[in-house]
Amino acid sequence: MAEFVMPSLGADMAAGTLGKWLVAVGDRVAHGDIIAEVETDKGTIEVEVFNSGVVEALLVEEGEKVPVGTPLAEIGQAGTAAESVPVSVPAAESASVPVSVSVPASVSAGIMTLGGGADLDGPMATPAVRRRAHELDVPLQGLSGTGEHGRITREDVEQAAVAEVQPPSGDRVRISPYARQLARQRQIDFTDVRGTGPEGAITARDLEGAPAKASAESPKERMQRAIAAAMTRANDEIPHYYVEHAIDMGTALEWLREKNQTLSVNERLVSGVLLVRSVARALCKHPQLNATWQGQEVIRGDGFHVGLAVSLRGGGLVAPALRDTDQGSLSELMARMTDLVTRARAGALRSSEMTSATITLTSLGERGVESVTPIIFPPQVAIVGFGAILTRPWVVDDQIVARPVVRVTLGADHRVSNGHQGARFLGTLDRLLQEPGKL
Amino acid sequence: MGVDRRPRPPHVCEGSVVTTYREAIRTALRRLLLEDSRVFLMGEDVGRYGGAYAVSKGLLEEFGEDRIRDTPLCESTFVGAGIGAALGGMRPIVEVMTVNFSMLALDQVVNNAAVMRHMSGGQFEVPIAVRMATGAGKQIAAQHSHSLENWYAYIPGIKVLAPATVQDAHDMLLAAVEDPDPVFIFEHQMLYGIEGPFDPKATPSSPWQAAVRHPGSDVSLIAYGGSVHKAMTAAEELEKERISAEVIDLRSLRPLDRPAIISSVSRTHRAVVIDEAWKTGSLASEISATLAEEAFYELDAPIARVCTREVPIPYAKHLEDAALPQVPAIIEAAKRSLGNG
Amino acid sequence: MKRDEIRETLIACLSDVAPEIAEEEVEDDVDIRDELDLDSMDILRWVQGIHKALGVEIPEEDYGKMTSLGDAIDYVAGRI
Repeated sequence: MAEFVMPSLGADMAAGTLGKWLVAVGDRVAHGDIIAEVETDKGTIEVEVFNSGVVEALLVEEGEKVPVGTPLAEIGQAGTAAESVPVSVPAAESASVPVSVSVPASVSAGIMTLGGGADLDGPMATPAVRRRAHELDVPLQGLSGTGEHGRITREDVEQAAVAEVQPPSGDRVRISPYARQLARQRQIDFTDVRGTGPEGAITARDLEGAPAKASAESPKERMQRAIAAAMTRANDEIPHYYVEHAIDMGTALEWLREKNQTLSVNERLVSGVLLVRSVARALCKHPQLNATWQGQEVIRGDGFHVGLAVSLRGGGLVAPALRDTDQGSLSELMARMTDLVTRARAGALRSSEMTSATITLTSLGERGVESVTPIIFPPQVAIVGFGAILTRPWVVDDQIVARPVVRVTLGADHRVSNGHQGARFLGTLDRLLQEPGKL
Repeated sequence: MGVDRRPRPPHVCEGSVVTTYREAIRTALRRLLLEDSRVFLMGEDVGRYGGAYAVSKGLLEEFGEDRIRDTPLCESTFVGAGIGAALGGMRPIVEVMTVNFSMLALDQVVNNAAVMRHMSGGQFEVPIAVRMATGAGKQIAAQHSHSLENWYAYIPGIKVLAPATVQDAHDMLLAAVEDPDPVFIFEHQMLYGIEGPFDPKATPSSPWQAAVRHPGSDVSLIAYGGSVHKAMTAAEELEKERISAEVIDLRSLRPLDRPAIISSVSRTHRAVVIDEAWKTGSLASEISATLAEEAFYELDAPIARVCTREVPIPYAKHLEDAALPQVPAIIEAAKRSLGNG
Repeated sequence: MKRDEIRETLIACLSDVAPEIAEEEVEDDVDIRDELDLDSMDILRWVQGIHKALGVEIPEEDYGKMTSLGDAIDYVAGRI
């Protein structure tokens, strides 16, 4: 059996007046049928029923005003005889709602005298106790009474209220604000610490000798969290634009090969050093990309400090700055780059190297990807990504030839530069790499 | 501010003498009267009687009736006259017998002295210094024993000082007269007779900053005026039980030296505020709220307040003692904050 | 020089470049760039290390002959 209740026809509706019944006891209703009209402050609204069956009782008379949720009618299963259905009115409403029940024959008069609509299965409690329960927001359902015949007493309700306020097992430990702060900073697990402070609170002194959190972050996790924060900020704040350019690396690589033949093994250059130097030289011509965004203004870089994205074996990423990449010979730059990368992997970077980069260069070509769409490392305003140098069909003098080609992607901050400027930067980069001897 | 908040031990330096709080105020009064012809003292019984607490004894004879003026028993009149004199270019020092009586002059204070600079767009200033006794302990009953200085500390536009030491009693009066704004000085009636080191020629320390009277590391006892001495006694008692209490003397009640309070509690992580006013709406409440707002994560225990029971101060000795903050209560509160009370 | 000794030397040089892989069992027949996540700078430093330890000069164009540890041992053995 289902109840048809006074519906809530708006967030501000507390009660409604049953205007008119459109059905009578014994009528069949189907899900969606309009069965009553309810008058609210906003007008008369037709109300539909959500159960199918037979109307077994109309509990509220026309013109009666009742709170939202009050049962208005009982809808029985189709074909079920009304006589076999016991009356059940929830306890909460029973006191205030006038009930007009078509009493089924099987319900004995004896039971009815128990309380004129009281919940026969529900908890037993005096009105005063019910009121107290309501005040303390304690549901009587499920409370075991300690009074006569299991009646719920005022004390039962108040105890239940206190029990409810108690912290759910260990979730909220009593600890002073200072000690909580210390525990957070030192990653101390205080759940098993015995408090000696006022009212048994854990104080700073109690934390001495407490174990560190088992789940204390490893340096690698910390690094990953920092990366997450920086990249989230970049994606949230920086309006990125991207331009991509394919560069013929044939000349540069040939030059490098010849150069390396003249050098001892300890002086050999890698192609990366050409890329770093050419980026620095291109930035000389397009300095708006070599800068940092400080809140509302752009601060031009005080040099061409290229952050090298160095992945750490086993996870993690750092982008220390290779300072003044436009200066010194390629060999010197190579030596500094080797030193920086080695120290980055050994975890021996200097703090200045972690913050002074004015642009970042990332190369994933070693792992074979064709191109990279990198995210700017705030507060920088640009990042250059190199893909793999792959042999590709390339048109030279109307002839298709095989050439080593690299795809370069510039990601830049649109608050500081625009795609046109970015494209010109990549063009400059291309021209510089066609004349490697001048680098 | 670069101020050394660390305590200066209470020893008698060269040039210092031991004198009373009352004598130190009189020394300051004489000096002001001698050095500045604009200065005059005015109040009930300050002349022939020598002041209700005998602070101005002998000054009438020395400076004459023009400069030591006995007034009718009407606080609103003579405080108002002082405000007028200050507006007119004088440097009046007004003595009100006790803070209890000063209520009659509150209209002059709140509606004239405190607002004149503001309402005149800075054209008028009111360089008045008002001294009055406060506090209980002499069995002079409810109408002479209340601590209402927090009512004054509530008012923007005036400044409020509470000297707790002999030196401060002298220095603060000099500073109050020198200040271009109305300054109210609350002298706890139990302090007039205390003795302490006093150097009349010492460069006065700024009256607007709190002082550490007793250094400590376990708990801060924050007090002002008469309560400072009770806090000092409590700190000495606690020391015997190896509890290191720091006593902060607020000195200025408006402006409050919040940085000093926060700095001390950031060292000790526990605070007991001692205030002879009633707890509800007291300066102790203001300090507690400041700590909760600005030093929450430094607190290792709930803030405790030791204040006067919320009753009119009784006449009977045992009841008066029971109503006021006393050393055992301060000790108990300090221990409770350490978790072993 | 025995093959085992060369192998030991090459692994020692490799662990200078990438200390964190020293404990790993480096197999002879896998691509070390892929397997050990080495880039061209690592390879250069490895080659430099081999040069210092064994005096073997490895020209750039021969890097391709050293893709696996086994290949590298063969290559170096032939040049000593």
